Amino acid sequence: MTSPGAVAPIVRMTGIAKRFGDCQAIADASLEVAAGEIHALVGENGAGKSTLMRILAGLFPPDAGTVEVSGHDVTGWSAAEAIRASVGMVHQHFMLVPPLTITENVILGREPRRGLSIDMPRAHREVAAAADRNGFRMNVRACVRDLSVGEQQRVEILKTLVRGARILILDEPTAVLSPPEVQELWRVLRALRADGGTIILITHKLDEVTEISDMITVMRAGRTVARFPTAGASPASIARAMVGRDVALMTEAPVPQPPAAPRAAAGGLEVRHLVVAGERRARAVDDVSFTVAPGEIFGIAGVEGNGQSALIEAIVGLRRATSGEIRLGDRDITARSVRERDALGLAHIPEDRHRRGLVLDFSIADNLILGRQREYDRRGSLDRARVLADARAAIERADIRPSDPELPARALSGGNQQKIVIARALARDTAALVAAQPTRGVDVGAIEQIHARLRAARDAGTAILLVSAELSEVLALSDRVAVMYGGRIVSIVPRAQASQETLGPLMTGAA
Amino acid sequence: MSDAATASPAPAPARRARVAEALLPPLVALLVSVVAGDLLILAVGQSPGAVYRLMLEGTWGNAYGFAQVLYKTTTLVCTGLAVAVGLRAGLFNIGAEGQLAAGGLGAALVGLALPAGTTGLIAIPLCTVAAFAAGGAVGYVPGVLRARWGAHEVITTIMLNFIVLAFLSWILTGRLRVPETVHTHAIHAGALPRLSAWWAPFHGSAANASLFIVLVAAAATSWYLFHTSRGYELRAVGLQPEAAESGGVNVGNTWIRALALSGALAGLGGINFVLGYEHYYEEGFATGAGFLGIAVALVGRSNPLGVVLAALFFATLSQGGLAINALVPKQMVDALQGVVILAMAASVPEVRRLLTLRRRAR
Repeated sequence: MTSPGAVAPIVRMTGIAKRFGDCQAIADASLEVAAGEIHALVGENGAGKSTLMRILAGLFPPDAGTVEVSGHDVTGWSAAEAIRASVGMVHQHFMLVPPLTITENVILGREPRRGLSIDMPRAHREVAAAADRNGFRMNVRACVRDLSVGEQQRVEILKTLVRGARILILDEPTAVLSPPEVQELWRVLRALRADGGTIILITHKLDEVTEISDMITVMRAGRTVARFPTAGASPASIARAMVGRDVALMTEAPVPQPPAAPRAAAGGLEVRHLVVAGERRARAVDDVSFTVAPGEIFGIAGVEGNGQSALIEAIVGLRRATSGEIRLGDRDITARSVRERDALGLAHIPEDRHRRGLVLDFSIADNLILGRQREYDRRGSLDRARVLADARAAIERADIRPSDPELPARALSGGNQQKIVIARALARDTAALVAAQPTRGVDVGAIEQIHARLRAARDAGTAILLVSAELSEVLALSDRVAVMYGGRIVSIVPRAQASQETLGPLMTGAA
Repeated sequence: MSDAATASPAPAPARRARVAEALLPPLVALLVSVVAGDLLILAVGQSPGAVYRLMLEGTWGNAYGFAQVLYKTTTLVCTGLAVAVGLRAGLFNIGAEGQLAAGGLGAALVGLALPAGTTGLIAIPLCTVAAFAAGGAVGYVPGVLRARWGAHEVITTIMLNFIVLAFLSWILTGRLRVPETVHTHAIHAGALPRLSAWWAPFHGSAANASLFIVLVAAAATSWYLFHTSRGYELRAVGLQPEAAESGGVNVGNTWIRALALSGALAGLGGINFVLGYEHYYEEGFATGAGFLGIAVALVGRSNPLGVVLAALFFATLSQGGLAINALVPKQMVDALQGVVILAMAASVPEVRRLLTLRRRAR
């Protein structure tokens, strides 16, 4: 993949391969990035994007291939060398110390000194100047823990820039941002580009790619498979390159049909004046009420950290409600255990499959029976034959790959892991389903399939509560849409009246 | 459907590779400890070959020595299983020492309470259950403390060792002991036959039929962990408590159950000395065996079969230490045990790394 352009690329990675244990993360990847461009590195989850960029940032060496930066061969360099050569990476998970101020976080490890102590006035001055120069509006004396996620991300970017980064790598930077915060990020990135900086943006969101980038490199299954200028590329063509075939894009999804006629006697899910305590706040969920009718998808949009996790955990029984009532059909389930709620027909797709959804070291088959294990008891021991037979059927139905039920869940890609979680939740008729971030970290092809399964469950009469940080997902699936902010439901509207434009401001508490 | 799925780079980890990963670390640790042992022996001016020959002759080389190895193995299997069950549930039970002693006194109390001449068919099961229950009761306490109040089991099991041993000592010295000794009177019923009753060359050795009871316990533990729904829940809680909780498993109750079972298995070890060997409870009858159980469980990879093999190994070392005392100080064996544990802890990640490298090279 040699560019015909006369200008030598500032980053050139050729024939990169990297293997972790049994997993060939990157098979053959090449990347060329010109100075002063915003380069989108796109691909499905598990395609190897983050791994490729971590190699560039010096976090680990490639098994094969060469890395050149500004014309020098730097293959296998260390993270410290990468920083010295102006390559900086902003990770998905922030590396900030919450109780410290913005200034303290930014200068950490390179504090200006006066004698034995830190020269704080000078530090504040310098960090504030750097923030101004880069167009960040922030109070450098504020504590990081008091900042919104978007602001924390800007601190992380500022930290990288202050360390002298001219080649900035951002790993899925918009995953935790509300739409207005995303726009703010684009403003910052465009300013950096105007200033001569080079930006590599890892993402799997197609609208972002077309909106912000100049060039696109597509990865699939550990290989770079396409490279083209953004101008002239359509989301559909990018998706085709990512997946290797045509896919139905979420944004093109039809407006959902009105809910099917509720099945007789089925009750749905109801939450009345629910208050739930959180780790830091006494009222993480603050007087929330709503109903989800059978055969309806009720979507809750909102920036993460506004009480959604506490709400979900209270509904499925993982966290005690301070006050209020949760009803499933005509039963009050507020005081019931997780197991009892499950037995009454309340299924759950947890928001974090690695933490709550799967026992990663268990086999696929063992994960598929989690929560139902006692039903497989036969004369005192687990009926292995039936566990495996049911697992094979579920693997076939949900198209989980690879299809060996004895493989540990850890060996699967994110999308296939999520299919295990969803197959388990939908394994039998459920009255209600709490689906939290059902497609987080899942590739485009699997998203399509997971959405189809949720719609099918809805059409079969299940009351579905969908909680997602992806506004587009909420809009694509829901029959009614609510917005959660600061622990409260600030708005509930029918799908037809909901749009990115009307909901975006609500998500930031602006309305 | 998608290429995405086939693309996921996850070739089946060959079963053989998994077996290699399970077996290699103990072998590497063994090798390292042999080398370290060589150096230690050379340092005191002896020939490693002579010392190892003596060690083998004193253990596997003659019937008495081998029977003594079996005797020591019996207790270590119990404490090793105890620690292994805890580890499977994600809990570190450091209290096997006290649980083992409690089990011994439990067996002795029942054996003393039964009328003399009670048939072994009744007395042996009763005494065995008493040992099991006494250890289980001691394990239950840190289980409840952890589940209800979040008290960390490492702290509570360590501290409980002191409390339990002091309590047992108080009971013993208060009313039970034979004057001028630290042991009880001989039990009236429940004594287990020595192995020498069946095979004369074992004569003089303490090895007894509790070995068989303990091996059955190891098999039952394996069945419980890997073939029952409760064992499934225990392992799920150990690997990922939050996922188990989401699946409706009561994590706190599973912790209590696991620590009670862990304590019970340690307590079972008490029958080896009390029912099988001296027929009375004696203070300090198995000092160190509880803590050595941690090493047994680590080297046995928390797998009941592995625990049995590791117990056999540590028992050999321990008995071998007596045999080589003429040439080198027997404390050398303690040092070797330490080396094995350290080498084991270091070799697990190291072996995994090397296996990965080798696979990549192919």
